[in-house]
Amino acid sequence: MPSSFRRLDEPGRQWIQVQIDGQTVRVAAGETVAAAILASGIQSCRTTPLSGQPRAPFCMMGVCFECLMEVDGTPNRQTCQIPVKEGMQIRRQLGRGRGYI
Amino acid sequence: MAHHQLVIIGGGPAGLAAATTAANAGVECLLIDEQASPGGQVYRAITDIPPQRAKLLGPDYQYGRMLVEDFNASKAIHQPSTTVWSLDAQREIGILHNNQAALLRADRVIIATGAMERPVPFAGWTLPGVMTAGAGQILLKSAGIVPNNGVVVAGSGPLLLLLAWQYMHAGVTINAIVDLSPKRNFWTALPHLPRALLAYHYLIKGLKYQLELKKAGVPFYSGVADLCALGKESIEAVEFTHNGGRKRIETPLLMSHFGVIPDSHLSRSTGCHHYWSPSQLCWRATIDPWSNSSIEGIAVIGDSAGIGGAVAARHAGRLAGLESAHLLGCIGSKERDEKAHQDRRWLAEDLHVRPFLEALFRPAPNLLAEPENDTLICRCEEITAGTIRQAIEDGHRDPNQIKFLTRCGMGPCQGRQCDNAISQLVAHELGNDIEKNEGYRIRPPIRPLTIEQLADLHEAGEAK
Repeated sequence: MPSSFRRLDEPGRQWIQVQIDGQTVRVAAGETVAAAILASGIQSCRTTPLSGQPRAPFCMMGVCFECLMEVDGTPNRQTCQIPVKEGMQIRRQLGRGRGYI
Repeated sequence: MAHHQLVIIGGGPAGLAAATTAANAGVECLLIDEQASPGGQVYRAITDIPPQRAKLLGPDYQYGRMLVEDFNASKAIHQPSTTVWSLDAQREIGILHNNQAALLRADRVIIATGAMERPVPFAGWTLPGVMTAGAGQILLKSAGIVPNNGVVVAGSGPLLLLLAWQYMHAGVTINAIVDLSPKRNFWTALPHLPRALLAYHYLIKGLKYQLELKKAGVPFYSGVADLCALGKESIEAVEFTHNGGRKRIETPLLMSHFGVIPDSHLSRSTGCHHYWSPSQLCWRATIDPWSNSSIEGIAVIGDSAGIGGAVAARHAGRLAGLESAHLLGCIGSKERDEKAHQDRRWLAEDLHVRPFLEALFRPAPNLLAEPENDTLICRCEEITAGTIRQAIEDGHRDPNQIKFLTRCGMGPCQGRQCDNAISQLVAHELGNDIEKNEGYRIRPPIRPLTIEQLADLHEAGEAK
């Protein structure tokens, strides 16, 4: 399925590489992890701890807590608040994951 | 414990204006902001945005650059990427920065946490591919990311039109603009029109966006009800009632918007007085003309005290900055009043448009008070409207009782997404005044804080 989002064609974008669920993905420097996930065509960032429903970033401003993922080994990170970094390890958070809150 | 004369929480137009004004008047002040760069949500990424993208966002957005430049030129200290997890009536502030928790104290605190979008539950609103219009704008402003295969924007409020207009200029296919404002709103808004005409530039802008979008052939549906998002793993289509029939539009993305409300968790957690605003449909802090709250030394300014928009927030920020400078002994009351004169006038002028906008874009009452039984109200704990109605039937009488019983509002977002809806749902079911039911009681930590971070804070305290 094609990605629901695309990055505007802007001159001077800097690119870096991160790992998303073990896959190397090229993302734009400066964007947040949640933005990078959406632009990379990943539809859901986690499944809920209760019923296992898929969820995705919703508010992008730190109030909904839907964008929780595992970043560099720490679960439950608010990915809309974290800028991507070269070599960052990003994982979808499945159900209760390793650090259910 | 670090101590400051003035701490301002939030780096949007209100916070930036307050910090700049206070610092220029000689106050030692610290501005704490969750974002990495100043500007808040409305001027997000303003300092490092590529020119091409800035042009797309229009001149109102670019005004933010002046605010940030003035702030940078002042002596106010900027502490970005920092969350505030606690603020008490003694003005002790709990912060978290780089995984390190710390406590600060201030003679005065200004809360400038701004606004958030009004969460409105509807069937399918938790599906991936359903986001808020504000989220769409943040993706555009901060990352230059736009919908790739079309989008439906739905709801009510000026932001909906603005986002659609910006998307159109960015070459995005808009599958439909779905207006959920009830048609009768026009008639209830009409008496406010003469006053709104005093701030006519807002109205002209709205009409311009609408005209340009219609001219470009974007499908408009107005007077719409019963919106739902359909799909399995993610959204596939939206469905709604229009002109008496059901309409279905295939779309991989839905951006919904139902106006904005104050981000009031921080102000409410301090215990200062709040009231339910029937026109804005949200909790508002009770403030005086200088934005002082009911607690000595704590002010609540701009959109965090009630929605007025970015321009009004900037003026309210300057007024609160002057008041702080006065109360901290940097300027006399005469100087404060003289300097405040112009901003007070501009603030009043800018607010003329609000009663009209509030009436025109007021969400349909049944949207918030009468969600379907199987619609999720609490996204985090997956609590449906039906479960809440059952709790009310079983004798639970206010949002806090229902929270204890059902866990509604106890998930990671701490009730930010269900607070507004549950207040209205409970009041509707009981036929009560919302004020009587109160909202959720908000307690620290109001932002996630791990036990390790808290323990580190304790150690740092002991070492001293």
